[in-house]
Amino acid sequence: MRIEAEVTDGNRAISVPDAAQVQSAPGTKIDVRNIHKRFVSDKGPLDVVDDISFSVRDGEFVAIVGPSGCGKSTLMSIMAGFMRPDRGSVLIDGAERHKPSAKGILISQYGSVFPWLTVRENLMFGLEGRSRSEQEEAVEHYAGIVGLKGFENAYPHELSGGMLKRAEIARALAVRPEVLYMDEPFSALDALMRLHMCNELLRILAKEKHTVMLITHDVEEAIHLADRIMVLSPRPTRIQATFEVPFAHPRKLSSPEAQALRVKILRELGVDSYGD
Amino acid sequence: MTRFKQALPSLAVLTVLIGIWWAAVVATHSLIFPSPLDVVTGTVELVKDGTLWLHIGASLMRVAAGFLLAVIIAIPLGLWMGWVHGAYVTLNPLFQILRPISPIAWIPIAILWFGVGNTSPIFLIFISSVFPMIVQTTVGVHTIEKRYLRAAENFDVSRFKLLTQVVIPAALPQVIVGMRIGLGVAWLVVVAAEMIALRSGLGYLIMDSRNAGNRYDLVVAGMIIIGIIGLALDGVMRMLEGLKLVRWRYAH
Repeated sequence: MRIEAEVTDGNRAISVPDAAQVQSAPGTKIDVRNIHKRFVSDKGPLDVVDDISFSVRDGEFVAIVGPSGCGKSTLMSIMAGFMRPDRGSVLIDGAERHKPSAKGILISQYGSVFPWLTVRENLMFGLEGRSRSEQEEAVEHYAGIVGLKGFENAYPHELSGGMLKRAEIARALAVRPEVLYMDEPFSALDALMRLHMCNELLRILAKEKHTVMLITHDVEEAIHLADRIMVLSPRPTRIQATFEVPFAHPRKLSSPEAQALRVKILRELGVDSYGD
Repeated sequence: MTRFKQALPSLAVLTVLIGIWWAAVVATHSLIFPSPLDVVTGTVELVKDGTLWLHIGASLMRVAAGFLLAVIIAIPLGLWMGWVHGAYVTLNPLFQILRPISPIAWIPIAILWFGVGNTSPIFLIFISSVFPMIVQTTVGVHTIEKRYLRAAENFDVSRFKLLTQVVIPAALPQVIVGMRIGLGVAWLVVVAAEMIALRSGLGYLIMDSRNAGNRYDLVVAGMIIIGIIGLALDGVMRMLEGLKLVRWRYAH
């Protein structure tokens, strides 16, 4: 038995000459392989991401939590194609991702709904090349899904913060992306609205299944939403721990299991829970 | 009513200034400098013989021609310089040198190139308003927030759509600021520009009134009319800032 194991290991070593040539496992949407990123500034080099590898299944919801400034957003930028890693690669459906594409839409905490376009024009923004009626249909459908029906002709500055987020999510969904990258999407909202938007997001994802990567600093938000939670270490960041979240939706965060998970994750983040 | 109340202090200052002016003219027994009443009767005279409208029309026509020409050149050029770094690096130093040269300094060259006629004042107005608009349009493109450009990049849109739905509308508020400055400067130099005009325009009216018999009542009337029209033109440009398309920038 032992010898056999060694042989398979040996075979593997031979068949891994270059990470990019290796096929992703079936059902894998995103394959992040040995990502390194270093920023060079006047103050010298700064290692931000230090050898991160993981994969995400098709339709999976993965949350990333980590101390602020640890390099989460950098990792997300690399995954969405806005930044090139110094080493390593990101594979989407087995193909290397070099630049941003409408197949993976990034939603950041700052919001990027174009303020000079109406909600309708924003939703149509990524639908270039489709017929007018298809575009109208998409607006109708996605404005409905996020609960913005009746606001199609409004300008963003006429909307509330929560409605803006809905518009941004609808604009992203309208292009039918394979992956949604959400970088602290709700952090600019107040606590109540944040909770509300989490429920909305789950409701939307129940209707339109997507692979989602979510960065958050809110552990409860991660437990509320994700199938799997990765805890990142301080800079240069690596994956410090991974937790499966096996609870069925709708989740009850007050349940003992959820609370126990929360305490474990907080402990990973260096916070000894004060709640109990 | 509240607007009237707001205007009250400035109206009061205006009344006091006119009072001082009048008193000073009476006290010094000036034979040449007009009293406010002289200015009013002078203006009425111009209205009656129809020349006032002629002069206003001529000035507005020249400013419109010079300014529109500047808009047509400055906005595409400013957008290009804002978007293409090479264009900015190449052209910006040139415009920064040309910009501080007073339009008045261009008068001899304008006469040399275009002679004494309508073209020279239009050229001078063009020169005065084109640079601020180029600069402001460029600034408008340079200050587009990165998050919007990133979003546009994310959605894989064509260059045409990027230009028409992101770059131009995002820069538009600054473009309008540039147009407001440009039109202000254009109107400002109309007097100097019309020093070389033939027989019409408010600038010509002022110069001619002084040269032909020291009609200082008409000089001052011309000045006041220029001021009032300038205010009205600025009001029109400010209405552009109220457009829904750019309200996002000025809201809050």
